[in-house]
Amino acid sequence: MTLATTLEALERGRRARIVAIDWAALAPEEGKRLRALGLDIGARVAVAHRGIFGGRDPLAVLIGRMTVAVRRVHAAAMEVEPL
Amino acid sequence: MTRPRTAALVGNPNAGKSALFNALTGARQKIANYPGVTVERKAGRLILPSGEPVELIDLPGSYSFEAASPDEEVTRKVVHGEFVGEAKPEVIVLVLDAANLEQHLVFAQEVLELGRPTVVALNMIDLAERDGLVLDPAALEEALGVPVIPTVAVRRRGLDALTAAIAEAETRAERDPRDHRGWHLTLPERRLAAGNMAKGAILSETAQHKVHAGLDRVLLHPWIGPVILLAFLFVMFQAVFAWATPFADALDAGVGMLSDAVTRVMPESVLRDLLTEGVIAGVGSVIVFLPQIVILFAFILAMEASGYMARAAFLMDRMMQRVGLSGRSFIPLLSSFACAIPGIMATRAIADPKDRLTTILIAPLMTCSARLPVYAVIIAAFIPHRTVGPGIGLQGLVLFSLYLSGIVGAMAAALVLRSTLTKGAASGFIMELPRYQMPRLKDLAIGLWQRAWVFLRRAGTIIFSVTVVLWLLLSFPQAAPGQSQVEASFAGQASKGLAVIVEPIGFNREIALALIPAMAAREVAVSSLATTYAVDAPDDDATASGLAATLSSRWSLPTALAFLAWFVFAPQCLSTIAVARRETNGWKWPAFMLLYLFALAYLFAGLTYWLAVALGL
Repeated sequence: MTLATTLEALERGRRARIVAIDWAALAPEEGKRLRALGLDIGARVAVAHRGIFGGRDPLAVLIGRMTVAVRRVHAAAMEVEPL
Repeated sequence: MTRPRTAALVGNPNAGKSALFNALTGARQKIANYPGVTVERKAGRLILPSGEPVELIDLPGSYSFEAASPDEEVTRKVVHGEFVGEAKPEVIVLVLDAANLEQHLVFAQEVLELGRPTVVALNMIDLAERDGLVLDPAALEEALGVPVIPTVAVRRRGLDALTAAIAEAETRAERDPRDHRGWHLTLPERRLAAGNMAKGAILSETAQHKVHAGLDRVLLHPWIGPVILLAFLFVMFQAVFAWATPFADALDAGVGMLSDAVTRVMPESVLRDLLTEGVIAGVGSVIVFLPQIVILFAFILAMEASGYMARAAFLMDRMMQRVGLSGRSFIPLLSSFACAIPGIMATRAIADPKDRLTTILIAPLMTCSARLPVYAVIIAAFIPHRTVGPGIGLQGLVLFSLYLSGIVGAMAAALVLRSTLTKGAASGFIMELPRYQMPRLKDLAIGLWQRAWVFLRRAGTIIFSVTVVLWLLLSFPQAAPGQSQVEASFAGQASKGLAVIVEPIGFNREIALALIPAMAAREVAVSSLATTYAVDAPDDDATASGLAATLSSRWSLPTALAFLAWFVFAPQCLSTIAVARRETNGWKWPAFMLLYLFALAYLFAGLTYWLAVALGL
């Protein structure tokens, strides 16, 4: 059984699939940029790193063979399903 | 058979386009701006196997033709032949990162849909192999319907085959019956197709980029990462001072010898004085800082080429977020350590307009290389050369604290600006962290040469003419016996008014005099001081080599420190103001920039002076 959560809350190293994105929570330019980088519904992702000094911002997200940095607000708008 | 005359490199960011461009064109490059926008246009000459030249342009990296930044807009327009004044490239060289096909094939489909003569460079295939990917270029060629050439730009692998394919691209395209125009797909469809094509081209694949992940574990570590970054920046600034010394000394000696030679060869005349006291002393005192500038740029270029620059942005994002900016601003700001002009131009990568404006306004607070000559000469004259700890020199420490003051000032300014003039929602931070790569010496050398050349050209034009004009203003009218030449000169009289304003912050007449021409460029302050004291001195003691000694005998320590504090803030660079005007489309923001930075400079120079006097320094 899998529990849906957000990318922001996903534990480090856990692989997951993006199942829904709250586009309304993102600025149009940001949504465009995320889509261009492949962060879209259906993408398989994992959180590799989080920000410095115990802060959780920003996140380094693994997608395919790429690493993409995003902010917590972006990750919080992405609902994921752990694999 | 017609040979193409123009070709363009197109591809995602981080596809290794620049390295491929360098490898294909060598040092035969021309760098300019696209008219009307501030996107860099890189063009070079590629020689076909037949010996005929092709103009190759390196277009800005794009994720899509659905442009999100001015860079991507340029790429879209040039490729579509819509850019006024730029010929539509006859052949498109599509550059793909072999290790990231799934992603890069998405944009590749958009490019191929144009149905233009296209050649694919399957680039950085060695890195893909290092990561355990075995690829089948023939399968990819079949799927894409255009020639696919595996290349390793940095090792010149596949370049001959690529050049040959470019030569034949046009004729083949005419024969190719495949109609790419039937492809029009939506983004998810393209992504699916890209995934399938990538799968089809990958013969075998083992665990993902181990080296890369291992490095990130250390360099992006929440506690170790920032410490490494700070240590790296500290080493960088120590190196700028320590490593450059022998080269600077050699250049200095050369300038002295040239001056002596001219004095010996030429009969005594006004022209000889102009040459030795004006041109050689002035330009020479700036040229000697070339080694430091080259070292600084070497570090910055290596950071960029290795992929560490993006990690630095990642590490700094949280701090930048505090002052209302993003990690993206870190790269323009870090570039501004070399020069605010490329720094301000690099802000175009920032999507949010208010973010961008704030970054432009604070960029001049980053200690640019033009301040180094000023700092270097004052530090050499007033700060004793001794160590305060293992490997830590006092001079390097003072330099480091000057850099730090600029950073703190910039952050404070950003915070104030973001809650007043450039108020708005906090902006996002979305960027790709490219794979780590060993920077190639040749690419660094080309980059360094281009930067050094810009500096030398400035020395040869702006600084040269300003120095000559200043020398003339300083040398006429001739002083009466017993009167100081500086006092009597036109410039001396003109600086009296300014001196009244800057006297309260500890500046003397010579400084007031140096500040006027330094409006053109900060480093002119050094050559102006050299010229001023050379004119004032009875013999040639005070030319470039003796400037530090002259200053330490004539200025008090509080004055010297106030002078340093002034240059942390003062926006004395015409080129920066001109670039800011172009980037903000008007005089409003550059005028504001001038005003607030001069106010800060005056305030902090004054505070420094009075504090130093009060402490009895």
